[in-house]
Amino acid sequence: MASQAAHPFAKPRSIRVWVERGLTAICFLCALATIFVSAFILYTLVVESAEFFRTIPLKEFFGSPNWNPLMKDGEYGIRALITGTMMIAAGSAVVGVPIGLMIAIYLSEYARPAVRKIAKPALELLAGIPSVVYGYFGLTVVTPLLKMINPAITTYNAFSGSIVVGIMILPLVASLSEDAIASVPRATREAAYGLGASKAEVSLTVVLKAASSGIIASILLAISRAIGETMAVTLAAGMTPTSNIDFTKAIGTMTAYFVEVSSGDVPRFGPQYTSIFAVGLLMFLLTFGMNLLSRRLVRRIQRFG
Amino acid sequence: MKHFRVPFLAFGLALTAGLISGCNGGGTPPEPSDPKTGTTSGSSGGDPKGGPLTGNIVIDGSSTVYKASAAVAESFMDVHDGMDVRVSSSGTGAGMKKLAAGEIDIAGASRPIKKDELEACTKNGIEIIEIAVGYDGLTVVVNPKNTWTNDLTVAELKKMWEPNSTVRTWKDVRPSFPDTPITFYGPGTASGTFDFFTKVIMGEEDAMRTDFQASEDDNVILNGVAGDEGGIGYFGMAYWEENKDKVKAIGIDSGDGPVLPGQETVANLSYKPLSRPEFIYVNKSALSKPGMKEFVAYYLSEEGQANIKEVGYVPFVPELYERIKKRFDAGVVGSLFMGIDGKSVDAVMTEAGY
Amino acid sequence: MISKRMPAGRRNFDRFFSVLGMISIGIGILLLIIVIVGAVKDGIHMVSPDFLTRRLSPTRPDRTGVLTPMIGSAYIVGLTILLSVPIGIAAAIYLEELTRPSRMREFIQANVSNLAGVPSIIYGILGLALFVRAFQLGQTVIAAALTMSLLVLPTVILVTREALRMVPKAYREGSIALGATPWQTLFGQILPVAFPNIITGIILSASRAIGESAPLMVIGAATYMRKPPNGLFDGFTVLPIQIYYWSSDSRRGFVEVASAAIFVLMVALLALNFFAMFLRGRARRV
Repeated sequence: MASQAAHPFAKPRSIRVWVERGLTAICFLCALATIFVSAFILYTLVVESAEFFRTIPLKEFFGSPNWNPLMKDGEYGIRALITGTMMIAAGSAVVGVPIGLMIAIYLSEYARPAVRKIAKPALELLAGIPSVVYGYFGLTVVTPLLKMINPAITTYNAFSGSIVVGIMILPLVASLSEDAIASVPRATREAAYGLGASKAEVSLTVVLKAASSGIIASILLAISRAIGETMAVTLAAGMTPTSNIDFTKAIGTMTAYFVEVSSGDVPRFGPQYTSIFAVGLLMFLLTFGMNLLSRRLVRRIQRFG
Repeated sequence: MKHFRVPFLAFGLALTAGLISGCNGGGTPPEPSDPKTGTTSGSSGGDPKGGPLTGNIVIDGSSTVYKASAAVAESFMDVHDGMDVRVSSSGTGAGMKKLAAGEIDIAGASRPIKKDELEACTKNGIEIIEIAVGYDGLTVVVNPKNTWTNDLTVAELKKMWEPNSTVRTWKDVRPSFPDTPITFYGPGTASGTFDFFTKVIMGEEDAMRTDFQASEDDNVILNGVAGDEGGIGYFGMAYWEENKDKVKAIGIDSGDGPVLPGQETVANLSYKPLSRPEFIYVNKSALSKPGMKEFVAYYLSEEGQANIKEVGYVPFVPELYERIKKRFDAGVVGSLFMGIDGKSVDAVMTEAGY
Repeated sequence: MISKRMPAGRRNFDRFFSVLGMISIGIGILLLIIVIVGAVKDGIHMVSPDFLTRRLSPTRPDRTGVLTPMIGSAYIVGLTILLSVPIGIAAAIYLEELTRPSRMREFIQANVSNLAGVPSIIYGILGLALFVRAFQLGQTVIAAALTMSLLVLPTVILVTREALRMVPKAYREGSIALGATPWQTLFGQILPVAFPNIITGIILSASRAIGESAPLMVIGAATYMRKPPNGLFDGFTVLPIQIYYWSSDSRRGFVEVASAAIFVLMVALLALNFFAMFLRGRARRV
């Protein structure tokens, strides 16, 4: 830094150093702030959940098949909410993963640049459509169509929810899987071609296997997203928690419960209020666990891939 | 790569300017509405000499009365553009709690105030004025595909909804019915409708089977019954009137033959026992807020009556409204209807000398 | 090398597979069109300048408008950007430019990635407990904006870091070689170059914030609000929440209003997204 002292137009060294140190400090604090956000989230969820579990025994929480907090002797059995969430998670995976994966393979192995130029923005837009819009679509387009096929399907049903959330996660599966597939080294592909395999065979047998951890990671992330989905599920699948696995009827997911509690007004105290945090904690742990697993898988390919 | 020095600097400046001005400009607490306390924190406008009315009113409570209050509020705001009336529907019970805590100005209730609620108000120094605003017929609805049920007796309803009920299919209700499984929908325990239904059908408040789909949102109940062939649910007549094509109302037989809900049958109380008066409870101290007195007067006026009729309520006869208004103007606090049910509003008011 | 053609079975499968791929892409693009068209077709006839400037009418679908929720959305998203962008950019600068890889940096980075993956409704719950209750801000615009800022912050940090990473190393190294400090390099070289990508990132974060509804519902959006909020401490409603209420309202005519409001929302979002793409395109043209 010898040149600085000699420069005729330089600010006095000490001021600039202090200003720069100050700016750096500010930036550091901002970065640190993110830690505080995480800490707040965990703290809030844990503390309020503890309050919840002081009133509601764990046995009821995990054991009871009913979730009806609006009743006088309301039961808080999480099984009903988990059933609903898992139904949507599984259903949406069935809808979104195969198509998303196929798109990813096609985009990375086959597609010409012209196709990519249209497909990628289209997928981005699809991902950018707000949840409510998907919910409305499910309620007014998908459900009537389903009713034509099977009249036993009710206004709110899990089929509709699964389809709609499946479409929502499709772009995510596509883009993340594409990244995974693209990171498979050329040598692997070329070795397979060298042995005489066709493009389809190469894609299916070699590339997919090589990118498998990345693809699984992307599926996990997509399902984690599906679990956290709120408005689309609520509008399409309803908010009536039940432990019965019936896709033709309405269900209640963990996220739908938040909407149900917030419609009207959030109660001020008591198990109804703290139940929000208990369910929130469960959801947080679920999605956090899946995200963590997903990232670990990605790191594995980076190390061995 | 292109350099964007100038736009970048401009952006930085704009951001800083925005931050600074944002911190100053938007920071004034609202006048006069404060959603967290809802109390009269000082008034704005409301020129007593007859200038345009400005002010705000916070209403919460019964989801049944919500419709009436919302209709009246909107019509009122059309006339007095400076007024801001906010209506929520958290349920009668929740509304009463907020009223007792001084957080809202008016609580809508689909049943009279309870003793402990009144005590909670007096404990906090809140005086309430009780105003009956109209009749509502609690309507029991089934799915349109349910062609076998056109009416039910009160005894049958009780058998279906009572705690520990063994009724699972329609056949359990009457042997001539098919054995389609029943799904029960209804409001939750914060709802005055729930309180009223249990009281008059079961004979005991809050007594109900526990396996029904509870929701404070009448839309959920409606859509539930509309989408479920064996479904049954109940809510205010207003909701049914607007959705006659989605659900079917059934007649209620309380001993004199089945009666369907309607403007006349509710007005002359022949739709028994599910006709009930709807109330609003006003925080007396809130009356000093500009626009409050005018709003309540509007609610009870001809325009107000027309509004609530539009949304499916049954207004009283006009002269009854006169008497109610007189009691309101006199600022009489306390409840005449607490603990009473089955009597007409006219009868109760007359007995009390109004 | 014996050039043998592949047996017909394998060749056909190959062709079949590539057709399957094309169909999948077709499905993807088709879905985009179907979802958007399906959601707006019911209400598009209602959209008019009147509809955009009328205030909410919770009881009369033919007389309602989206002015109230639009102003609510603009208010909240504006504040959110104002709050989250400076902090987000600062944090990203710190992580990307001002430190070397270290345990601390790894920790913060992992933390930001985690936060980005947390479902948005959890932020709503956090906001309820922290801003609405603990800070006693009530169900107000400011509580909503603070909550949304937290929600959007990880995304802002991630996209800003991406933007900074896109600046070629040569710029940094050249600047250091000439004796500049990290901050001089930042202000003189890196930030101006990364600027359009940062803006793109901000626009995308804003577009995400506009579409959010669940966390704001938990914070407590007003169910009946005729006039737009007046000030930071007033109640609020935003367009997506209003769409939700209208969609689930059983009364005649409100479902079409929901669709019309969706149209308005989608136009705004598409405009933002296209603008962001346009900016990205311009920045790429070296």
